[in-house]
Amino acid sequence: MNLNRRGFLRVSFAATGGLVVALYLDPTSRAQETAMPRQPAKVYPPDAFVNIRPDGKIAIQVNRLEFGQGVQTALPMVLADEMDADWKNVIGELAPAQDVYKDPLFGIQIVGGSGSIAHSYQQYRELGAKTRAMLVAAAADRWKTTPDKCRTEASVVHGPNGQSATYAELASEAARKPVPATVRLKNPSEFKLVGKRVKRLDSRPKCDGSLKFGLDLDLPGMKVAVVAHPPVFGARVKNVNDAEARRVDGVRDVFEIPLAKGTGVAVVADKYWPAKQARKLLNIEWDFSAVDRADSTELWTKYKQLAQTPGNVALARGDESALDKVAAANRIVAEYEFPFLAHSPMEPLNTTVRFDGDRAEVWAGSQFQTVDQMAVAEVLGLKPEQVIFHTEMAGGGFGRRAVTDSHVQREAAVIAKRLKGTPVKLVWSREDDVQGGYYRPMHFHRVEIAVGTDGFPSAWRHVIVGQSLLAGTPFESMLVKNGVDETATEGTADTLYNITNMHVSVHHPKVNVPVLWWRSVGHTHNAFVMETLIDELAARAKMDAIAYRRKLLKPEPRSRCRHLICSTNRPRAGAIVCQRDTHSEFRVMSLSEPVSLVQSTCRSKTSDQRSTARRSQLIVGSQ
Amino acid sequence: MATFQLTVNGQRREVNVDPSTPLLWVLREDLKMTGTKFGCGISACGACTVHVDGVATRSCIVPISHIGDRPVITIEGIGNDAVGRAVQDAWVDQDVVQCGYCQSGQIMSACALLKSTSRPTDQNIEESMGGNLCRCGTYPRIRAAIKSAAAQINKGGA
Repeated sequence: MNLNRRGFLRVSFAATGGLVVALYLDPTSRAQETAMPRQPAKVYPPDAFVNIRPDGKIAIQVNRLEFGQGVQTALPMVLADEMDADWKNVIGELAPAQDVYKDPLFGIQIVGGSGSIAHSYQQYRELGAKTRAMLVAAAADRWKTTPDKCRTEASVVHGPNGQSATYAELASEAARKPVPATVRLKNPSEFKLVGKRVKRLDSRPKCDGSLKFGLDLDLPGMKVAVVAHPPVFGARVKNVNDAEARRVDGVRDVFEIPLAKGTGVAVVADKYWPAKQARKLLNIEWDFSAVDRADSTELWTKYKQLAQTPGNVALARGDESALDKVAAANRIVAEYEFPFLAHSPMEPLNTTVRFDGDRAEVWAGSQFQTVDQMAVAEVLGLKPEQVIFHTEMAGGGFGRRAVTDSHVQREAAVIAKRLKGTPVKLVWSREDDVQGGYYRPMHFHRVEIAVGTDGFPSAWRHVIVGQSLLAGTPFESMLVKNGVDETATEGTADTLYNITNMHVSVHHPKVNVPVLWWRSVGHTHNAFVMETLIDELAARAKMDAIAYRRKLLKPEPRSRCRHLICSTNRPRAGAIVCQRDTHSEFRVMSLSEPVSLVQSTCRSKTSDQRSTARRSQLIVGSQ
Repeated sequence: MATFQLTVNGQRREVNVDPSTPLLWVLREDLKMTGTKFGCGISACGACTVHVDGVATRSCIVPISHIGDRPVITIEGIGNDAVGRAVQDAWVDQDVVQCGYCQSGQIMSACALLKSTSRPTDQNIEESMGGNLCRCGTYPRIRAAIKSAAAQINKGGA
């Protein structure tokens, strides 16, 4: 079999001992269609997207973390629909870290940029359609007929003379069929699952306590670790007296460890409670000599001062002096303060690692498997492929489980290295998480608006102050341009409002607080600033807030269309407009039938609502 | 360390732990019943809610030494009675869950509410459920599911 072909098929034995069919698609084949760098083709290890088990169950590997967004249901829906699989026998499984499961567009395994469906929709449709075609080809052979005379329904192939065979019966014969290079995809009108109200696959086990999240993992001989982190980011342990801590029943070890910044003290115990009790009894003297102590009051003063002057230019449109020519009575000046904000996913952060010398195993609810796997490998002196990385179900994330320095996984790996052969679960308690940094950055906005005689803004000057999320990370070269981190200005610099004279600039002060993307990233502060100001302007003009926005939006049909989609998509957010941003760019770049479908049907209010409903069902899996 | 006798979901269990150990950690780590969730550890989020003698209780702050002979019901056992089963079914029927991490606690609080108030108003629901946080924001569906479970229970039993 030619492994350089777009896809290949594998027959192997499942853990249950049954014969399985596994179909692969080279995810990098889609990368050609985008601006993303193409990864070299690789021969994949024996895993797959579709396993047809002898009992008729069809297990579909989900190439993303499930943490509430519904992808564990939604991607199997997409695949099962094209495959004509019997939905009640479909299982969604979270795939481990492996090349084959990388996001076709991003080139790493990630949940981010709202791409779970947009980037993998076509991929999962093709997987489903190709699997179906191979099953049909096997059935046609068996019945000495041709595939076009067969039809499929609910995991059964039906022949022209009343023959029928289940997918499970055909699986091993289908596995020997060539993977079709191209395959007809369904017309959306033929969909049985996509766009329909389908219940989540994970509901029942989440309602009876049987579903295991990462924190629920229990392995034979497993130990639990907590870490005393420095009270100032980056500080180091000078002295530690652990005598009392070691006396706690169940404590096995106490030792100093390196952190992403600074050092800390790890406590390893048989269970969580003794570990936590012992940590409280540690007497640690910290060395703060090399670290800045950030102070909120001082930062606000500094940020406010910075906002009085222009920063690095993110947008310069029209006449910059237009604003200053307008009388003060016709100007609005507004300042906004956004404090640091912790993500606080409901399930506290955790990672389990077992290091066995020449290999390691990791269990983590990770949004960032590729990066976290590499980090663990680096700490343990292994190659990434020597680290088996299991994706665990996670209780929320909001960006907190996609951290470029993989600090939680690194800590867990450092501890596991010392306890070679013993699985160790590192738990970041709620207070560890809230005190531990990686917050949405603190932001200060200063906006000056000149209001024209028609009530609409004639000039808009916007200064944003906040730490760069991406400076110093591998994403810097992609998303930080001319000193402007796009994640700080998305929603302002690229606004869809038609403002003739508009200037947006940004200051990125360096502050000793680790920061991280927080769900919807720049929009969490920018949308609030933009839209409350638009509300204020509409009120000042004595106009309806929606009518005012419709008039102010750029005339291109697409912006109005997307405006309508997004505003109806978020009923509780009122008239908030979802701006064009990296997310929507990616969506348009990547595929995407759902988007074009929505855009083409976006002509009346009624069809908006219909198409919006369809899109949100596809994304969430159900309402 | 001390030995404690417990009745969990109708079964007698014995554990040997430090008396300060919260019920939550006894359930999760000694009895390996991980359906009850650790969220905050300070009774602020409700993810760890169980019933102690029928009362919705935050298991993360109750030391095992305070339980005595009062029976404990957890998410793993609540489906054994009609109210618990109706609530779980309503949760599935309304597709309440998203990440699901808070839902064990939500369901336990909802069951306690429905056992004392068979036809809860919105205000009853807000008062009883206000201490159970959901970061996904499933609140509207939780409310709908409680009402749907109440209707089911009243139709079937009362």
